[in-house]
Amino acid sequence: MTTQVSPKRSRLDPEPMPRRDWLGLGALWAMAVSFLFATVGMMRLPKAAVLPSPSKKFRVALPETLAAGEPFVPPGRSVALFRDEEGVYAISTVCTHLGCIVKPAADGFECPCHGSRFAPDGEVRKGPAPKPLAWLKVSVSGSLVTIDEGTTVPQGTKVA
Amino acid sequence: MPAIGTKDALTEFRENLRAAPKRILETAFRTGLPTTDRSRSTFVFGNVFLHLHSVRTHRWSLRWLTTAGLGIATLAAFLITLVTGVLLMFYYKPYPEVAYQSIKDIHFVVPTGRFIRNLHRWAANVMVVTVILHMARVFYTAAYRRPREYNWLIGIALLVVTLALSFTGYLLPWDQLAYWAITIGANIAQSPREVTDALGITEWFDPGGLQRLLLLGSDTVGEEALIRFYLLHVMLLPLVLAALLAVHFWRVRKDGGLARPDDADDILARERREETYPVFTEQPQKTYHLAAIVRGRTPAVGRGPENTVPSMPHLFYAEFGVLMLTVAVCLLLSLLWDAPLKELANPNVPENPAKAPWYFLGLQEMVSFSAFMGGIGVPTIVLIGLGLIPYLDREAEGTGRWFGGPGGWPLVRLSLLFGFAAALGVEAFAIRFGWLREWFPNIHQLAITVFNPGTVLTALYAAFSIWAMKRHNSTRAGALALFTCFLCGFTVLTVIGTYFRGPNWEFFWSPADWPGH
Ligand code: HEM
Ligand code: FES
Repeated sequence: MTTQVSPKRSRLDPEPMPRRDWLGLGALWAMAVSFLFATVGMMRLPKAAVLPSPSKKFRVALPETLAAGEPFVPPGRSVALFRDEEGVYAISTVCTHLGCIVKPAADGFECPCHGSRFAPDGEVRKGPAPKPLAWLKVSVSGSLVTIDEGTTVPQGTKVA
Repeated sequence: MPAIGTKDALTEFRENLRAAPKRILETAFRTGLPTTDRSRSTFVFGNVFLHLHSVRTHRWSLRWLTTAGLGIATLAAFLITLVTGVLLMFYYKPYPEVAYQSIKDIHFVVPTGRFIRNLHRWAANVMVVTVILHMARVFYTAAYRRPREYNWLIGIALLVVTLALSFTGYLLPWDQLAYWAITIGANIAQSPREVTDALGITEWFDPGGLQRLLLLGSDTVGEEALIRFYLLHVMLLPLVLAALLAVHFWRVRKDGGLARPDDADDILARERREETYPVFTEQPQKTYHLAAIVRGRTPAVGRGPENTVPSMPHLFYAEFGVLMLTVAVCLLLSLLWDAPLKELANPNVPENPAKAPWYFLGLQEMVSFSAFMGGIGVPTIVLIGLGLIPYLDREAEGTGRWFGGPGGWPLVRLSLLFGFAAALGVEAFAIRFGWLREWFPNIHQLAITVFNPGTVLTALYAAFSIWAMKRHNSTRAGALALFTCFLCGFTVLTVIGTYFRGPNWEFFWSPADWPGH
């Protein structure tokens, strides 16, 4: 049996990569890539596509006697409703700092968790809150007010 | 027909049966009682759990002052939470409201339920304390240095997982405290929005929102969040912790046992009054030939075993003692103080003040200035700083000695002074005079995010440690200063958050001054 003599190479030429090493490397990389994809795939699962949250809209009747600038907080909701000459408006009572529920106070709102204070229009007066309280979308039909907690509107939006 | 002179099968069977218990023991343990050096060695390396230890232990490692038993105490506390946690799982049901009722049942109805719950709570607290002390011990004895750098990193991971375990466990009772601590925690996860909002890019790039979504599985704290925290608490995190612990212990052994000074043998010789302990009572059976072909520094080579003793019984008895002590402390605490349970969670009325567990109150204090910096920014900087210590300080002086290295105890004392003064000063200023938002109501949020008591304190500490590094011309001195300051800051912020903050997170000298209570 004769062995094939390879064409003469200079000693300085780099060894060509043997085929087996090349295949081995390929297999290794293929494994790494498939592990990566598997990991990414697994990460997809915990990221919920559909959020199991209840509807954010609700409807209430404002008390007849509600004075201008006086807050009305529907039971079990984190929204303060107001009515003045210009119309009805809703300010979210979820603190923009870390999500505690602010309490309406004489001069606006105060948060029990880290002491943020807000002006009656929701602007930050004091404390760590980075943003004003959100104003929420309201629509009025007769004596009933519908509030959409999921939709914010620009500050100062009042609905007659 | 059996051949004459041999026992018949029935007799043999009867004899085997009689000998079975003894043989089972023999096959399980292979060795007799560990009475000789040889059987003591096989006792260790023949056992899958014990062989995380080496067969012999250096006397230095057994000194009380070397470790104060803190690593083992942490492990012991973890084991207690493991056992009591599994017991609690018999009755706990991870569903809102039902969860609260089940904890109530455990507390008031289940036989020994309250005691087991108390133990679980207390052991978790003890574990947090000991893990911090253990880290401090490793740091101050400069035991993180070559070849132990990587084990220090594993240690940082263990610290994080320990805190994560505590945090996830805190939600499970679904009481007011739990609910609001988790609401705050989840919103801290979301707080990168403080920056993205200020830059106006949240719509396209919202890592905060993603983190919160992954944590809660919903946009509110509800059943999805509870089941996720439950999964993390009873399954994922304990598994991760166990895996990391295995690496941690294995590394302690492979890095040549515990760090000790170069002259440890001389010190021991001076300390010991009675005659030298008989080292080998017979010829050693374990050879070190393998060590010759293992890469790296193997301590047994060329050093001689003069100052080592068999791990069985010396090391194991010491470890057992620490375990028993930890158990005793947890038992005592559980008998004296019940784990708290507030009212059922109410998503409309926050607990006031809503306080996280004590070891997070330092964070909460910083968060009360800026959510992102206090909750994510500064902690990340601190963790990265801690993790890099062994890679930035690569000196050799002082290894294995308390407060070893240039500067030494006087520098630590000075750092204590500076660390406490700076933290108290910054806090007192912010409490007395308020912060940027109160002076300039329209200031840009980014200014507060970048410049707030948390970042100011961090900068002060960094500056001080650079000064110490220059003054002593030593990276170890810089590390000593920085780590000591970190401990001071942690202590001051935690104490203020725990004892001096009341309703609306306002400052009170004592809870007796709280309004409306
Ligand atoms: C769950 C938490 C932990 C457990 C159960 C644990 C356990 C242990 C044990 C049993 C030892 C043997 C010596 C001793 O008892 O002190 C040890 C050594 C060590 N630990 Fe930990 N540890 C934990 C966390 C940490 C942390 C947070 C760090 C540092 C950031 C750390 C860094 C080290 C280092 C560098 C050593 C070697 C020390 C030396 O050679 O003297 N460990 N650990
Ligand atoms: S949640 Fe309102 S101030 Fe922190």
